[in-house]
Amino acid sequence: MIGNGILKGLAETARNFFGSYVSKDRLTTVQYPEQHIPQIEATRDFPFLVYDGADWESGMRCVACQICEKECPPKCILITKSTDKKPDAVGKPQFYPAVFDIDISVCMSCQICVEVCPFDAIKMDVQFDLPTDDRFGGLLLDRHKLAKSNEYYHQIHPTEATAVDTALAAERAKAAAAKAAAATPKPAAPAAPAPAAPKPASSTATPAPAPVAPMPVKPAEPPIKPLASESSKPGETK
Amino acid sequence: MSTLTLPTPFLSPEPGHEERLLEISMGPQHPSTHGVFRMNVVLDGERVVRLKPVFGYLHRNHEKIAENETYLSSMPYTDRLDYICSLTNNWGYALAVEKLAGITVPERAEYLRVITGELTRLLNHACLLGFLLQDMGASGTPLMYAFREREKILDLFEALTGARMMCNYMRFGGCRVDTPAGWLDQARKVVAEFPRFLDEFEKLLVSNEILMERTQGVGVLSRELAISSAISGPMARASGLNYDIRKVDAYGIYPRFTFRVPLGKHGDVYDRYMIRFLEMRESLKILNDALRDIPAGPIIDPKSKPRGFRPKPGEAYGRIEAPKGELGFYLISDGSPNPYRYRVRPPSLINLTVLEDLCLGHNVADVVVILGSVDIVLGEVDR
Repeated sequence: MIGNGILKGLAETARNFFGSYVSKDRLTTVQYPEQHIPQIEATRDFPFLVYDGADWESGMRCVACQICEKECPPKCILITKSTDKKPDAVGKPQFYPAVFDIDISVCMSCQICVEVCPFDAIKMDVQFDLPTDDRFGGLLLDRHKLAKSNEYYHQIHPTEATAVDTALAAERAKAAAAKAAAATPKPAAPAAPAPAAPKPASSTATPAPAPVAPMPVKPAEPPIKPLASESSKPGETK
Repeated sequence: MSTLTLPTPFLSPEPGHEERLLEISMGPQHPSTHGVFRMNVVLDGERVVRLKPVFGYLHRNHEKIAENETYLSSMPYTDRLDYICSLTNNWGYALAVEKLAGITVPERAEYLRVITGELTRLLNHACLLGFLLQDMGASGTPLMYAFREREKILDLFEALTGARMMCNYMRFGGCRVDTPAGWLDQARKVVAEFPRFLDEFEKLLVSNEILMERTQGVGVLSRELAISSAISGPMARASGLNYDIRKVDAYGIYPRFTFRVPLGKHGDVYDRYMIRFLEMRESLKILNDALRDIPAGPIIDPKSKPRGFRPKPGEAYGRIEAPKGELGFYLISDGSPNPYRYRVRPPSLINLTVLEDLCLGHNVADVVVILGSVDIVLGEVDR
């Protein structure tokens, strides 16, 4: 019969229409600015720089090796290497980024920088609501804005962060063992005293504050807007 | 209106109508043209006598950019070729580089590639059916049903790769990350529920009289023309050409799976529409097998490293059966970190070349349907 197919199709539409009022998994609307859907753990959008400890500047893992700058496909990273060295988490004097800018209006969230980073210093964030009315400067993030604590990293990507921490701890233990082995026969000379650095407090694991120009001191946690799933956590600055 | 002189291969207007030809420009803002695509159509009344596709509005210089980037840095750009199926684009590029550098892929990574690739095929075909019906005037409903299913697959992709559409997942010698806990079960659930959507969609429109009237006998592509124009993918198979690169090249681990290659008979829009349904059912078979058999193990060749990748001088062409047809990457290496030449063989562009032959003699409204059935993505056509 002509029209049979159309009627069959309409029956299907009607079934779906009424079903959308009944079945729970199809009521999917989320009142966005007030509510967020729970974040999938692997989600990524823009990179940030990880720091250990309380101070973002001295704890920053980045050593300005500039590999990510070279590998970045749209070339949105700008790094200027420091002229002096400061001790890193292991206590070894390292260069640090005097300038580390990411233009996130150019960034395409591909995660290549994270993959090529040998120091686990750059990771992907999940903060997607970054609108600004400043067209040129607003989306150009400097190293201060990019710096986020390792605890924050644990919050957004727990599995990945734990794996990274385990690998880093193993590396640190290996470095310490190598150092101890090197130190036993010849106790006097530390590995490589940096000429520019004005006398690190000791060459052990405690990182001394870096001799850089004073910057406004920030609270330990960078101002992250809490997601709905995390908003109940204490100690979060708004 | 001036008299247009038409070269011989084009359909001539009816006698006495030479003065009445109308040249109109469809696109690039026209909603039916699937992105920024323009057609110069010469009409005799409602009848198309000449059609000239105009593209390049989305040209991003992809091939030249890739020559100035390292091999790995081009991988995220391949996501943006056919932005509906980024994972098969990744696969094609990874396959070409693996051929160039002689890298082998571990077992688990091959399975993950098949799983993500076939999920991409489901995604693409579901989207296409929705868009095609939208072009035909079924405004909204089928597209929404298709997008509902697409969303489930995109959630899987986000959980695995971190992004819904720009996945950037495959690497030379494997895949970037292993599946998170519970991902395979979630994928099995999506695959198990997918046939319900197909049944629903078939009931919704396959026997619909209006659909048949609009599609049967419209835009017929003959087998001979398909061969001589290098048409590939579902479009060639709808014309009865038994050519599926998964069978012909047997790349990856496809020989392990039993699946059939659906073939059309008439090569019209209806066959191209139906062939996608059948392909989705075959993809589900592959997915069921792959999700059952996937072994544990490494996901990337240990020799493959992210930094300092320099293949030996040489050339390679890697091709896969992307959802839209044969997707090939041709690479020449001169031993430096960048490819000396990087060339994409996009299925959408090649399939689009026969658009005029399909449209001549049909009405303007059919042009929209025929273009929809070719299944183009302008990111890939213009590159």
